[in-house]
Amino acid sequence: MDLAFTKEEQAFREEVRSFFRDKVPPDTRRKLVEGRHLSKDEMVTWWRILNKKGWGVSHWPKQYGGTGWTSVQHYIFNEELQSYPAPQPLAFGVSMVGPVIYTFGNEEQKKQYLPRIANVDDWWCQGFSEPGSGSDLASLKTKAERKGDKWIINGQKTWTTLAQHADMIFCLCRTDPAAKKQMGISFIVFSMKSKGVTVRPIQTIDGGAEVNEVFFDDVEVPIENLIGEENKGWDYAKFLLGNERTGIARVGVSKERLRRIRDLAGKVESAGRPIIQDAAFREKLAACEIELKALELTQLRVVADEGKHGKGKPNPASSVLKIKGSEIQQTTTELLMEVIGPFAAPYDVHGDDGSNEAMDWTAQIAPSYFNNRKVSIYGGSNEIQRNIIAKAVLGL
Amino acid sequence: MDFDLSEEQRLLKESIDGLLTDSYDFESRKKYMKEKGGWSKAVWLKLADQGLLGLPFAEADGGFGGGGVETMIVMEALGKALVLEPYLATVVIGGGFLRHAGTDAQKAAHVPGIVDGSKTLAFAQLEKNSRYDLFDVTTTAKKKGEAYVIDGEKFVVLNGENADTLIVTARTGGDRRDKTGIGVFLVPANAKGMAKKSYPTQDGLHAADISFTGVEVGADAVLGNPDDSLALIERVVDEARIALCAEAVGLMDESLKTTVEYIKTRKQFGVPIGSFQSLQHRASDMFVAAEQARSMSMFATMAGDFEDAGERAVAIAAAKVQIGKSLKFVGQQAIQLHGGIGMTMEAKIGHYFKRLTMIENSFGDTDYHQRRVADSGGLI
Repeated sequence: MDLAFTKEEQAFREEVRSFFRDKVPPDTRRKLVEGRHLSKDEMVTWWRILNKKGWGVSHWPKQYGGTGWTSVQHYIFNEELQSYPAPQPLAFGVSMVGPVIYTFGNEEQKKQYLPRIANVDDWWCQGFSEPGSGSDLASLKTKAERKGDKWIINGQKTWTTLAQHADMIFCLCRTDPAAKKQMGISFIVFSMKSKGVTVRPIQTIDGGAEVNEVFFDDVEVPIENLIGEENKGWDYAKFLLGNERTGIARVGVSKERLRRIRDLAGKVESAGRPIIQDAAFREKLAACEIELKALELTQLRVVADEGKHGKGKPNPASSVLKIKGSEIQQTTTELLMEVIGPFAAPYDVHGDDGSNEAMDWTAQIAPSYFNNRKVSIYGGSNEIQRNIIAKAVLGL
Repeated sequence: MDFDLSEEQRLLKESIDGLLTDSYDFESRKKYMKEKGGWSKAVWLKLADQGLLGLPFAEADGGFGGGGVETMIVMEALGKALVLEPYLATVVIGGGFLRHAGTDAQKAAHVPGIVDGSKTLAFAQLEKNSRYDLFDVTTTAKKKGEAYVIDGEKFVVLNGENADTLIVTARTGGDRRDKTGIGVFLVPANAKGMAKKSYPTQDGLHAADISFTGVEVGADAVLGNPDDSLALIERVVDEARIALCAEAVGLMDESLKTTVEYIKTRKQFGVPIGSFQSLQHRASDMFVAAEQARSMSMFATMAGDFEDAGERAVAIAAAKVQIGKSLKFVGQQAIQLHGGIGMTMEAKIGHYFKRLTMIENSFGDTDYHQRRVADSGGLI
């Protein structure tokens, strides 16, 4: 057992860090630090910089453009990316549909989709949840009926993140209504520009509109857009959800936020002195830092385990990462609310053009707090994660 | 970075787990508790036979040159089996002082007896009002020629009744809370002027309150610098904290396992109570807490080798906070999920809960260490 990073790993961290310092557009970084939303252009610009460097789809197999890094290198890359901070690669393409296509797709599909995912020539979105199918995803009703050389798709998806930017969607559709619910689902991809696709934004409690409802009304999709086998879509969905394991804790994101909290707490005054001099506040901050340190170590254990024993089956420890990671992210946004105090209230009066530096940092704190309530809900709610631990780890 | 055990470490783990499986079931433990001093000499000699009592000592001193990971493995196993024997007091703390500050003569006088199981030690540090501050010392050691004369009172000295040698912190100069003027002394159990009051502790161990009245020891009793040994004490106590973290992880593992087994078999309303989601979620949260504790126990073990004493102290304090929070949650929920039977002395879970609870209040509780981390300027 040796918990220290090797010299090579440390050198790699330096390499990654200096690349971010040189290449992340400063305004993009500032917006992330302030918790602001980025425009589509800002995100795509950065992802193409990353892809040009060869790091756009770092965890893919080398033959499809991956880096061949070790698990520890991936961990370091993600941590540095999150804590710099720089925009993370678009999960829907890079972490979700990409691996499904290179694992279960045919050669034609790999050629057609993978390079375009890597360079974000296509922006992908995820068609999983439906109004009646959240945690019980397998009850989904959107149906795809075979008609000659086409699928005819009807139904509705929801919580479709950034669908307003999307060129493509990967969609779970019911293709065999008679089969047991998990057995009759297929994994179909198609253009969001298809006739019959309607996107309606959902305004969320933070005031943003990053999620959407997507309606399908007799959407015609070529038959070859089925990925893998018909009625095997549930297996691919499980593969997809289990694939993104260690990034889910978002340790780097929380680290960056805790550094920011400490910085702000040294400046913002309460009772005539910086808040950081308040013992109760300091202890709350310390408590959160300790939780995060423990989570970081737990994550490293999972990473090391993957490195040793291969990715194989989803590791139930990823449920621990999800639960603690989301709780800590939420705690950091609570601490920010505590720092900002009464100035949490004003709506974004200054805009996000960076022209009013003095107050800009306050604008997104309340929205970010509201927005972060989602992290214990999405990706399998924390209650679902507890079900998974009870079943898969404890055998209950 | 590598979290796997080496081949030797795996063998060590198998060997101690095997020994304890054979000789430390819950019924045997009850018998050991009734022996002199509250633990089993026979088990202690078995630990010696397997080389476990000599584990952290250098080979040149008759030990096996084990490091922090080896001690972690042993402490975790001792926790899992709820072992009573004075490994912490003798090997980790007593051995720690000898390893870090013992002269060749002191090592020669004490290490072989520890390694072969014939001698045990105890650490007499806590005072009536010192609570968790290691520098808060009123017991005095006054110089008398080459000798020192010790006066004062020490409390809750684990293994104080049985120990052959006490390691005593005492002030050679300065005022009660000064950080200098503190020395560490090896005091034979039979030295004149000591009075011991022994008693069982809440967790089934044995401790003693010990008064020192004009206890005279020679120059050969001094460990390290008699006028400036706080850093030494802090270092050894940090090692004790690391060991307690590992012991707690073993205790939590066993508590969780026992609890899950119980709710799988206990039936109410015609079904195992483990089929109820509210209980499943609580058990899952226990698992999360135990895993976070395990991570921080490893972090503490790693931090034991940090060169910067300040960094080491903060890291270990952070670990003790996480362990304190986790053990409280796991311990309390284990009792809750056992229901009424968890309240009884006949079920083993209560005994695990009691030991866990006492670990929180040993060498700094959760609040104490959280304050240390908070005042250090942060961990991230």
